[in-house]
Amino acid sequence: MNLTLKIWRQKNASDKGKMVDYSVSDISPDMSFLEMLDVLNEQLIEQGEQPVAFDHDCREGICGMCSLYINGEAHGPDRGVTTCQLHMRMFKDGDTITIEPFRATAFPVIKDLVVDRSAFDRVQHAGGFISVNTSGNTIDANAIPVNKHDADDAFAAATCIGCGACVASCKNSSAMLFVGAKVSQFALLPQGQVEATDRVLNMVKQMDEEGFGNCTNTGACEVECPKGISLENIARMNREYLKAAFKG
Amino acid sequence: MSGILNSSIGRKFAMALSAFFLMIFLLQHFAINILSVFSADAFNEASHFMGTFWAVQYLLQPVLIFGVIFHFVMGFVLEIKNNKARQISYAKNNGAANSSWMSRNMIWSGLAILAFIVLHFIDFWIPEINTKYIVGDMSGMHNGEFRYFHELVEKFHSPLRVGAYVVAFVFLALHLLHGFNSAFQSVGANNKYTKGLKTFSKIYAIGIPAGFIFIALFHHLTGH
Repeated sequence: MNLTLKIWRQKNASDKGKMVDYSVSDISPDMSFLEMLDVLNEQLIEQGEQPVAFDHDCREGICGMCSLYINGEAHGPDRGVTTCQLHMRMFKDGDTITIEPFRATAFPVIKDLVVDRSAFDRVQHAGGFISVNTSGNTIDANAIPVNKHDADDAFAAATCIGCGACVASCKNSSAMLFVGAKVSQFALLPQGQVEATDRVLNMVKQMDEEGFGNCTNTGACEVECPKGISLENIARMNREYLKAAFKG
Repeated sequence: MSGILNSSIGRKFAMALSAFFLMIFLLQHFAINILSVFSADAFNEASHFMGTFWAVQYLLQPVLIFGVIFHFVMGFVLEIKNNKARQISYAKNNGAANSSWMSRNMIWSGLAILAFIVLHFIDFWIPEINTKYIVGDMSGMHNGEFRYFHELVEKFHSPLRVGAYVVAFVFLALHLLHGFNSAFQSVGANNKYTKGLKTFSKIYAIGIPAGFIFIALFHHLTGH
């Protein structure tokens, strides 16, 4: 496959940045999208140019590091995959592919396609945990009976890898699918109950302080989420928040 | 509970509550307007009751006005805040791949409805308030008969006004097609018990505006 790539290039956080056109040839349809970018970078290095910076780590859809807004969609046109799991067979020979960083005020660009998603870490630090005494007499979590339906929903919420596709896809740059998943994961389990009120209030407060937008329920996040996190998690977070806020 | 409106979820909740109130109002408004198609007398009686009953005039009407103003002011506030959350736009964005046109354009359908409300107030509400509270005529009579039906039919003579009403109700349908379900999601009602709401929301979102369009066209075409 021969492709034209329109890629966002930005030297550093303070650079204005611009779209730059590149051509790559002999791309195998079996390559992953990141492998295709590796080919481009080899080419750029050979030409003495700066390679395109992009985030990646596990390259098997688990770590949540890879991002990229490809042809107007987070993680590209395929469903239920991260960019590292996106294959070039999703594109046609001769295609022009637009590649941009995830855009949100809360996700500032560091360089080229790399954005700073530490806002998610700060939201997690605000309450995305349970406090457990680990002094040696910890009770095994499996010893506590949990309704099967709740356990399944909690597990589904816990599959969120925090990649930020929800924020990137949302027209309002809202992080509510991410925060909803993190709140739900604990709200559904007995271990999460003790800190439930503080958790949701603190995480939502931090989310707002980071400058994420307000959810208007377009559902774009759910469609683009590589892990299929459901909008039900946002509704659950809303319930948890309202319960906590009215409780005081 | 203090400062709930300062939080993103609190604002969503307030937006949804005002939306619920407005949707109930719309249903009630439709129920009275549709009477005009079947019986001028029934429409007159209902209009006179709504226009003079103290609880409607002094309790519900102020709440309604507050609800409308709150809904659109909060809509603007959220739009401004949301635009700030992404200051650099995408060079290429395929919104249609993951969301409906209605959900992405609530601000535009909302603005069209707001423009309609201005027209509607000039047409009906301001003359009504003027007659009752400035002129002081609470009788609702005109040439010995109730004036409401007569005023309604007269307003729908103009094809331009009828056209504007039809366009406005199309925008209302687009607004409701997203807004109805969205309001339930915002108050946290999205679970296995609320799946049936989606069908009901579509029936409401299309049915009520279509009904209003029918009423306007009926009076325009029949002339009575």
